[in-house]
Amino acid sequence: MAAGPMKMRALLGQGYTDIRVLMNHPMETGQRKDPDGKLVPMHFIQNLTVKVNGRTVVDAQISQAVSRNPVFSFRLKGGAKGDKIEVSWLDNQGESNSTEAAVA
Amino acid sequence: MRLAAFAALAACAALAQAQDSAREIQRYRQMIAEGSPAELFEVEGEALWKKPEGPKKVSLERCDLGEGPGVLKGAYAHLPRYFKDADSVMDLETRLLHCMTTLQGRSREEATRRVFGSADRPSEFESLSAYIAAQSRGVRIAPGMSHPKEKASYELGRALYFHRVGAWDFSCASCHGDEGKRIRMQELPVLYKPEAARPVIATWPAYRVSTSQLVTLQWRMNDCYRQMRTPEPTFASETTVALIHFLTATARGETYHGPGNKR
Repeated sequence: MAAGPMKMRALLGQGYTDIRVLMNHPMETGQRKDPDGKLVPMHFIQNLTVKVNGRTVVDAQISQAVSRNPVFSFRLKGGAKGDKIEVSWLDNQGESNSTEAAVA
Repeated sequence: MRLAAFAALAACAALAQAQDSAREIQRYRQMIAEGSPAELFEVEGEALWKKPEGPKKVSLERCDLGEGPGVLKGAYAHLPRYFKDADSVMDLETRLLHCMTTLQGRSREEATRRVFGSADRPSEFESLSAYIAAQSRGVRIAPGMSHPKEKASYELGRALYFHRVGAWDFSCASCHGDEGKRIRMQELPVLYKPEAARPVIATWPAYRVSTSQLVTLQWRMNDCYRQMRTPEPTFASETTVALIHFLTATARGETYHGPGNKR
């Protein structure tokens, strides 16, 4: 269920916006073996992009070291109510997913 | 004189440090709670609740969890309870199974094939439990306690809690019977006491960080019996429901605030 649900909250503070995004991903390291003793292939999120009103503000490269079903949070300078936040990820097997929320 | 002043200062520092770590643990718990992967299971559960299934191709949306057909608000906080249509006391998972067999026309055998899932493939009971329990956030826990069968179920659960069984002659109370016991770093709450049962029951079902799974109360009962080396109890049986009923009744009055997080 790599492309399972994502959940995001974007809250406006005093002069900043807190974004918290939860995503569903197995984040396999490639080191684990299945019950038959075979290696489970690497499967992890490689790129994470955060856009505010279409402009990229975070472009992160992450690795297998991140846990399964990860949660990321970012604090952005500024922001206004209703700004469109878009978060997307791309994994090493070419799967991707994205979610959108308005700053509240 | 100077030494006394120094000792007082050191004591202050130690106290501040203890308060610091307590505050940091509190902060860590809050951080986990805010971004709990249990929410992902809630989203999955909502989709499953509305998805037509079984030979009758209907969703569970007309399932009566005790507050009326399809009413989810507060339903979980008032379970287990007596259901007239089934003439028995049911917890959430038992009631869901009942709806799957009656509403959706599925066989009991088919519906219970995968009651406990894995990290890669969660069971539908796990996602559904997360979604339904979440609709009781902020509601006081008040399982059924008035019908004679509810009283009998509670009494059976209480008796089972203290009843020693199996090759190791274990009961629930063997581990959860004395204050201050733990397994490794895991504290063992004395669950027949309300003050210990309340915070525990108020956060089940829960996301288990060590296995990346959402775990339910039926799973907890099943796994405790496994650890006690007894034969596996049947899912949604009178025994497991009675134990859940006893624990929930012991925690009554607490405000439900799950699905929570476990280590």
